Order: sequence, then structure tokens, then C-alpha cells
Amino acid sequence: MTTPDLEALPAIPKDAQGPVFRAPWEAQAFGMALALHARGCFTWKEWAARLAEEIATATARGEVDDGSRYYDYWLATLEKLVAEKRLVLTDELLTRKDEWDRAARATPHGQPIVLPPSR
Amino acid sequence: MSDHHDHAEEGSPLTETELRVRALESLLVEKGLVDPTALDALIDTYETKVGPRNGAHVVAHAWADPAYKVRLLEDGSKAIAELGYMGRQGEDMVVLENTPKVHNMVVCTLCSCYPWPVLGLPPVWYKSAPYRSRAVLDPRGVLRELGVEVPEDVEVRVWDSTSEVRYLVIPERPRGTEGWSEAELAGIVTRDSMIGVAKVQAPARGGRR
Repeated sequence: MTTPDLEALPAIPKDAQGPVFRAPWEAQAFGMALALHARGCFTWKEWAARLAEEIATATARGEVDDGSRYYDYWLATLEKLVAEKRLVLTDELLTRKDEWDRAARATPHGQPIVLPPSR
Repeated sequence: MSDHHDHAEEGSPLTETELRVRALESLLVEKGLVDPTALDALIDTYETKVGPRNGAHVVAHAWADPAYKVRLLEDGSKAIAELGYMGRQGEDMVVLENTPKVHNMVVCTLCSCYPWPVLGLPPVWYKSAPYRSRAVLDPRGVLRELGVEVPEDVEVRVWDSTSEVRYLVIPERPRGTEGWSEAELAGIVTRDSMIGVAKVQAPARGGRR
């Protein structure tokens, strides 16, 4: 994506119906998929097909798909794809998730959460 | 003691989803698959720099320059790239023109493929199941619900996006905008009009209609 001269144009609200991302994690999940695609970890066709499958599965199990869970599906697709490509294994993810959980609970409110150096 | 039971939640607990995202991101960074600085820059671009005004620029330019419109309708990707907007997902851009006889609207029935370089990221309703399914089954009904009445003698065409082809609608240029500058024109082009679910309205200027 190139960045054109935006100042030459009148400002139109980016999204009159709300912000682009509703929580920081949505932006992080979005960015990770784009970054991995840019590295050639998967094709965009592959990505779109897997995301569509994830959404269809959620709909089939009766989830109300009003668009608000879009990035949940996005994240689930990403986790499955990196595991399949053996970039990040499911076990690694689960272990790391527990480590973040312990770190978060041990962090006083208002301070940045960091993983301890030796785990 | 049971009345101290809630104190187990002290600290800064994160939600399950936040934990999953942190786990994935920290592992990808450690493995050198994602550069955190590049990731931040990429997110910033999508949050603040890419948005429907890119598309509005394209539409206004097409309204003002008939030769550009011809090029745009012939080869959308190439003509849009002339203005500096390019996709990274390798998708082809197809541009559709709304006329007094044809009304085009865009959907992605399977997921939410969307022309990011020109419209930014899709609004929530575009990603919702009702829009994705009903836009195809009952486009006139959906348009009516969104406030666009399409006369019976106007053909409605619904375009289903894919990972390989994305669509941008050139809405009808409203009357009363003759002689407007491109910047003024871009100012009235809305995101929804470029998805084909709204018309562009010309605001009355200087108290005249």
C-alpha cells in the first residue's frame, strides 16, 4: 500500500458508523495476518477461503453473526493456519497463553504487563 | 475464606481473547516472523491513513475527467494505481458505474472481501450475516431498508466479492454539481455510495437548490 498525498483531499470521516477496530486486540490480529501474508506464509486466496470456512462453521453452530464477532473468526483462522503451517504450534500457543495469564494476574493494575525474562 | 474469594482476581487479568492474541504475537515476534515495529506501522496505516476518502478521490476524478472514467471502467486496478492506491493482496479491482438504468451494489457472501485500498476496512454491517445473505436474495429490500428506493425500471446488479476480485461503485453524480472542483466532489462521495447502498446527495450551496 502506498501512502498518497492525503492532505490534498478533503477529510471524509473514516468510518461514520464507528471506529475501524473496536479493541486493540482486533487491530493486532488483523495486522498479524497481513504481516504473515506479506512474508509469503500463505496466499490471500488461501486466507479468504479459510476465513469464510470459519464464519460458515460458526453460523452452522448457531452463532448470531451480526458482524461484531468478525475478528474473533479472524483470530481463530489465524491460529489454525499458523499451526497447520507449523509456524506456531497449538501447544506453544497454550503454554504461552498461560504465561501471559500468570503475568497479567501478577501485575498491579495500571502497570504494563510483561512476561518474566526466565520462564 | 469464602468472602475473600474474589481477591484471586487482583492484578490486571486479561480476557481469554487478549491472552490468545498476546500469545500468538509474542511467539511470532520471537520466531522472527513478525517485526513488531512493522506491525505497528501497518496497523496505523489502516487505522488512520487508509479510508473511504481514497475511493472518493477516485470517484471524483472519474466524474471530472471522462477519459479517466473510461480507463477506470476498462481496468480498475491500473487506473486506481494511477492515483497511487494499490492493494497488497493481489486482488483485481473492478469498477462499476451506476446509471439511471443500472444500480450496482457490492457484497461478499462468504466472508468480507472488501476493497481496502480505496475504502479502508469494512463497516460492521457489511460483515454481518443478514447483509451477506439478504443482499443477494432481496437486494431491493435491503436497499429500501438502507434508505435507497430503486425504481422498478432500474436494473439492480449485485456483485459478490472474492479474494481475487473486489468492486468499487461509481455512484451517479448528483445534479447541481456542474463546475465543482474535484476536491468539492470528493467531499460529497460517501463510503456507502461506493458500496452501492446509498446515493450521493448534493448539499444546497449558498442557499440555492
